[in-house]
Amino acid sequence: MTRYLISIFQPSAATQPSAEELTKIMADVDAVNTEIKNAGAWVFAGGLDDPSTATVVTTSNGEPVLIDGPYVELKEYLGGFTLIDVDDLDAALHWARRLHGAIGLPMEVRPLYNEF
Amino acid sequence: MIDEDEIARIFRDEYGRAVSVLTRSFGDLDLAEDAVQEAFAAAVQRWPTDGIPPSPAGWIITTARNRAIDRLRREAQRDSKHAQAAALLNQLGPSTSSGTLADEEEGPVSDDRLRLIFTCCHPALGAPAQVALTLRLLGGLSTPEIARALLVPEATMAQRIVRAKGKIKGARIPYRIPADADLPDRLRAVLAVIYLIFNEGYLASSGDRLVRDDQAVEAIRLGRLLLELMPDEPEVRGLLALMLLTQARRPARMTATGELVPLADQDRDRWDRQLIMEGQQLVQDCIRRNQPGPYQLQAAINAAHVDATRVADTDWAQIRQLYDQLYALNPTPMVGLNRAIAVAEIDGPQAALDAVEETGNRPVSRRMEQGSLVGSHLFHAVRADLLRRLGRTDEALAAYDQAIELADNQAERDHLVRRRAELG
Repeated sequence: MTRYLISIFQPSAATQPSAEELTKIMADVDAVNTEIKNAGAWVFAGGLDDPSTATVVTTSNGEPVLIDGPYVELKEYLGGFTLIDVDDLDAALHWARRLHGAIGLPMEVRPLYNEF
Repeated sequence: MIDEDEIARIFRDEYGRAVSVLTRSFGDLDLAEDAVQEAFAAAVQRWPTDGIPPSPAGWIITTARNRAIDRLRREAQRDSKHAQAAALLNQLGPSTSSGTLADEEEGPVSDDRLRLIFTCCHPALGAPAQVALTLRLLGGLSTPEIARALLVPEATMAQRIVRAKGKIKGARIPYRIPADADLPDRLRAVLAVIYLIFNEGYLASSGDRLVRDDQAVEAIRLGRLLLELMPDEPEVRGLLALMLLTQARRPARMTATGELVPLADQDRDRWDRQLIMEGQQLVQDCIRRNQPGPYQLQAAINAAHVDATRVADTDWAQIRQLYDQLYALNPTPMVGLNRAIAVAEIDGPQAALDAVEETGNRPVSRRMEQGSLVGSHLFHAVRADLLRRLGRTDEALAAYDQAIELADNQAERDHLVRRRAELG
């Protein structure tokens, strides 16, 4: 089994879907999540708050420094993620497609590095 | 005496099969490839004195498997982290010492090669990587050969192949034929790769040589293999028919001095009758199934062309109708351009020119279509020919100039220059 991170990206200036649309999206995502759980592939999932809530921890002149804001200013940000544990990329892509169908946002599928 | 050509032929025929079988055993493309190459290196040394074994493929596979096991064993000893390698050895060890050659022979070996094609053409890999990997792993072409064939610098091609193999391994792209539900999507990529290999072979897109025959022959071999393994897919049949009917005309496409001969001027006695018969039979089979797709329609168009024993006998009405069908399925500018050539024969050059202009003005939206049609020498060459037939000589000359400027292939350029010269 291999763990895959499905990263969900959203535009920074996203026009928020209406409350009605959001309810529908959440219900669809819930349904897919339940399927992932029933298939035994579920590890963890979460949605991130707005990039404006981010704080960067870095080093300046050997001292730890905190900086307000996201690490890089981008047009699209990581908005949430799902971690699954499946046999291979095809299985991971199957769930990513299902989630994409529910959310409609672009997503990146990437295995976690593991030696064996 | 065993000459090197014979070993080279066995290499071409058996390389992909051996890599496929080894990949199934070890789950590692690199290991499989290295082991098969080592096995062929051993064959080059031993066969000239020992003679070619009764089953060269079995010999290669067994030798390669032993080499791969040796390597895993060495790595397992060197690095304690390779526990899995050791586990794999335990699993493989007994069966190989008792000789699995017989199993190998009777097993569904050809399915392994199909598995390899589908792995190379996985949609998670970019199209250029799909082509390069298929040529490399199935055709046994060296990286410099692939780089030359696809007109990419060798370093770029090496990087592309390494990256694609790394992705297959790292992202765990499965080594299998996809489930039925995924098949149409995957099959499209597989067919596209094989046709690309064929086209690159049939008409090298640039360079001095018009034809790279070994590439076209390899694509036909892959097409035959795919049809053998998927006899119920009409588009597979269509693609093979298309390649055979195109290849059949190859002997007549060039003069002895390497000049391009257009279809209308070709000596039809020089066409390969055997390939034509085989291709036409495949087209007939497709028609009976009545599930037309782009490859089948293109094959049918080619069949209509080769049906005519003289150019005057060409059934343009049928060809035009097939192009209409093809354009409805696949409205690319290139199909539109070819359709216009058939329109010219039925409705005259003016109607065709209108169709060409319209196609040229159409914005290009498809990602696979390279650049705008206006940037293609074929667009200007077709326009030039139609303008010539309409007696609009000055415009025709200008169109020839544009076509000549845009043509990358020397043989095509020479042909256009001759055409232009005939006009005055």
